[in-house]
Amino acid sequence: MATAIKPTRMELNRLRARLKTAVRGHSLLKDKRDELMRRFMLIVKENKSLREKVEERLAGAMASLSLASAIMSPEMLEQALLYPKRRVSVGLTYRNLMGVTVPEYEFHTEGNGDALPYGYAMTSGELDDAIVELTNTFTDMLELARVEKTVQLLAGEIEKTRRRVNALEYVMIPELQTNIKYIRMKLEENERGNITRLMKVKDAILAEAHSFS
Amino acid sequence: MKPSDYKIAILGDKDSVTAFKALGLHCVAAENAQEAKRELRALSAAEEKFAIIYITEQLAQDIPEEVAAYREIAVPALILIPSKAGSLGLGSAALTQSAERAAGVKLF
Repeated sequence: MATAIKPTRMELNRLRARLKTAVRGHSLLKDKRDELMRRFMLIVKENKSLREKVEERLAGAMASLSLASAIMSPEMLEQALLYPKRRVSVGLTYRNLMGVTVPEYEFHTEGNGDALPYGYAMTSGELDDAIVELTNTFTDMLELARVEKTVQLLAGEIEKTRRRVNALEYVMIPELQTNIKYIRMKLEENERGNITRLMKVKDAILAEAHSFS
Repeated sequence: MKPSDYKIAILGDKDSVTAFKALGLHCVAAENAQEAKRELRALSAAEEKFAIIYITEQLAQDIPEEVAAYREIAVPALILIPSKAGSLGLGSAALTQSAERAAGVKLF
């Protein structure tokens, strides 16, 4: 606070250096925020459309599944799906996006390409439809996971950056500026006081030397 | 198994989840919030690493704190999907919320 600082030239220099750093940091962070925001806007649109697509297609698959479970007994359904033919695994790599580490997935399927893990004799056609639809949607689901995670992480980073920018802009920089101003005023005041004192002393000395009235 | 091989799990009510077994996902059934919390913890602690955990919106709405906690972590990604009963709009709501957090104002 303005009252707690020492009005010295050293303090003034220190504060000036800090102000310079703060201003520079502020402009850098502002640039970072703007670029993050630009990327965020691109990816958030993608996320929105992808999510709508996935939700719609999953709803379709779930509807087929409901039909299948209505036709087949629950035990049969469970049995049909009990042993999957395929296994999925995900290779996980990270990508650095403006200092934010976001995951990237690489998707491997083990097992043969046929999606249906059961024979056709005991199951209904609706189950086939459901499974095929799910399989087709799955690529999109995976993409959704990547995009959505990126959006979440970016959002967090943008919020942090925005707060820092605001803290610098509305708190740090104005405070430093008022402190600098305070010190400058105080120093000038001291200087003026000093000059007046010198003038007075000079007058006194002159008065004594020339024995003026 | 290579260290980079991660798995995908799906958490939800039994009816919604079983079909995903055919795709080769790790399916976990949970019927209520308590079970969901427990299973989610078990998934995080499991020896096999999960890169993505899909969770049905119906379950997610009962455990908002857990879902929120996963938002800041890169791995695993907790992704909401609609369950058998249809979409609750939670996934889209979360998206809107992310956008709001980022921009500081309501976007859409």
